[in-house]
Amino acid sequence: MSSVELRNVSKRFSMVDALSDVSFSIKDGEFFVLLGPTGAGKTTTLRVIAALEKQDAGSVYFDGESADHLQPAERDVAMVFQQYSLYPTMTVWDNLAFPLRSPMRNVPQAEIEKRIADVAEKLRITHLLDRKTARLSGGEMQRVAIGRAIVRQPRIFLMDEPLSNLDAKLREALRVELQHLQKTQGDTTLLVTHDQIEALTMADRIAVLDRGRIIQIGTPAEIYDKPASTFVATLVGTPRINLLPVRRQDGSLFIENSELHIPVPTTVPLPEQLLLGIRPEDVRIAAGGPHAGQISLTEPLGVETIVHIQSGRQTLLSLMSGITNIKVGDGVTFSLFQERLHLFETDGRRIV
Amino acid sequence: MTSSAQANVSSPVRAEKPQRKQMSDMTIRNLFIAPTLLLLIAMNVFPLFYSLYLSFTNYSAIARKAPVWVGIENYVNILTDPQMWQYFNTTGKYTLLTVSLQVVLGFALAMLVKEKFAGSGIVTTLILIPMMLSPVVVGLFWKYMYNPSWGYLNWLMGFTNPSVAPDWLASSWARKSVPGLALFAVVFVDVWMWTPFVMLLVLSGLKAIPDYLYEAAAIDRASSWFQFWRITVPQVAPLLMIAILFRTIEALKSFDLVMGMTGGGPGDQTEVIAVNLYRKAFLGQWQTGEASALAYIVLIIIIAISNLYVRYLNRLREG
Repeated sequence: MSSVELRNVSKRFSMVDALSDVSFSIKDGEFFVLLGPTGAGKTTTLRVIAALEKQDAGSVYFDGESADHLQPAERDVAMVFQQYSLYPTMTVWDNLAFPLRSPMRNVPQAEIEKRIADVAEKLRITHLLDRKTARLSGGEMQRVAIGRAIVRQPRIFLMDEPLSNLDAKLREALRVELQHLQKTQGDTTLLVTHDQIEALTMADRIAVLDRGRIIQIGTPAEIYDKPASTFVATLVGTPRINLLPVRRQDGSLFIENSELHIPVPTTVPLPEQLLLGIRPEDVRIAAGGPHAGQISLTEPLGVETIVHIQSGRQTLLSLMSGITNIKVGDGVTFSLFQERLHLFETDGRRIV
Repeated sequence: MTSSAQANVSSPVRAEKPQRKQMSDMTIRNLFIAPTLLLLIAMNVFPLFYSLYLSFTNYSAIARKAPVWVGIENYVNILTDPQMWQYFNTTGKYTLLTVSLQVVLGFALAMLVKEKFAGSGIVTTLILIPMMLSPVVVGLFWKYMYNPSWGYLNWLMGFTNPSVAPDWLASSWARKSVPGLALFAVVFVDVWMWTPFVMLLVLSGLKAIPDYLYEAAAIDRASSWFQFWRITVPQVAPLLMIAILFRTIEALKSFDLVMGMTGGGPGDQTEVIAVNLYRKAFLGQWQTGEASALAYIVLIIIIAISNLYVRYLNRLREG
């Protein structure tokens, strides 16, 4: 396993800047996640690392050495594609043996058999080994694809949305398996996803990408608790963060189009117009709270309930645990968790 | 068949009734189908069964005599005639040579034009031209090109003196006989004409292979040889099998090219079975009964071979 670093990588496709000046480094043994919406350049980044695309500018380093001159085969990476990419006419066993049988590697037959047996057991696909891949279900196919990646010890695992073609239940199960596998083997892993839950649950560190630019790099906690911009703030967390336009006046922040106002929570000088972000779990419905509103909608999810509180023309989402007996139309009082407010410039940049 | 014919007859009757505007969907459907069906019965179904009957009779289409039932005598005569076995042999050789050459060349061409290069579209179109020509026309102009005295081909190859040049279609070279030369000359034209067909099918197969398979293979350090045999060939195989099936059937009954170029000659060196069949049925002999029997033998051979292919194809498809 190795560390991988990208320095000032840029890539342009005919009309669009797919990547502009992307830099980050993945430590040896780290689970690194690239998070971003469709078209952010996540897959391009992955393909640049695998040498399936050539960057226009910048360099890729493996263990501190430039890998720019290396072909895909020489980079010694393993990749799991979104579309499984199994060789359709071969059995599962042959698919797993494929990377080991390469004439460039020369692994003895006994070793091949041993490694495949190991991997099959780890991924619980031993019973599928003799089957043709065309007859597998999606989850089984993706397991085999992951198996084909881990059957050899590459320098880094590259995973391109490996779970996004699976149904919700399977995705959850395989997510846990992937995480477990990565932690027990200590593999350097770069996973690309648009699913913030995958990113938050699995990553050691997350890089948020938007339109070819890195917006923020940090641990899941940093990304969630200190989003660098409104883009990151709205990308992670369900239900979505409350973003409200506010006006600063006389030591208070007045939320536009409502009667809500709170004392300025910081000593940092603030502009007159700004955006206030409050995560739904920081809006607490409680008797005797300083703010008042009316329930406009409830979404009971079982474990928790999303409550829509209306105040003036603004609606705040609040998260309550369990199923509540609050009804639509009820008047409630609530408090805002003062220490966990996020303040952004009107253009989206974080202030505090 | 009969039900549709009845519907056809009954519809004018129904049209006289009060609800004349209400022709039922069924009637309309049958009206549309009926002409095609009648034509098919007259031109295909009836001759098929009639020729089956004739194959068991002694009959000549130009004799004013009714067919005489002779049982399987025609079949026995054909299958015990060493001359006929030689024609079958020629046809087999012709089929094997043309189909295998077409597959190899067609595959290679498809691999070439799959890559995008300046003018690749126009090159692909140009390659397809031979396939679109009429076989009789192709046979005729190749006959001229093969001509030893003023043919274009010998001139291109640098033979300017006809007395030392090959006379391809006469199986001779510098006035000496070279048996088999004519067959190869005809095979060459068939390959020239039908390789584009194989190329076209293989090309559509190649284009359907997703890039990520090759990318995965590149990352897995597969050599290009490995990639070709383990990804390209298996992925193209079903379409390639269809191309082979079509070409085999066509080659087994190939007639127009051979007839146009050599008429089976010199001697009977290029007498493939279809040419012989034509000779039996129409050229001077008019042995309609025996020709029918021969046609049925060819049909059975083709059905048997196609069946083998289709079975193999299904196995391929199931993966």
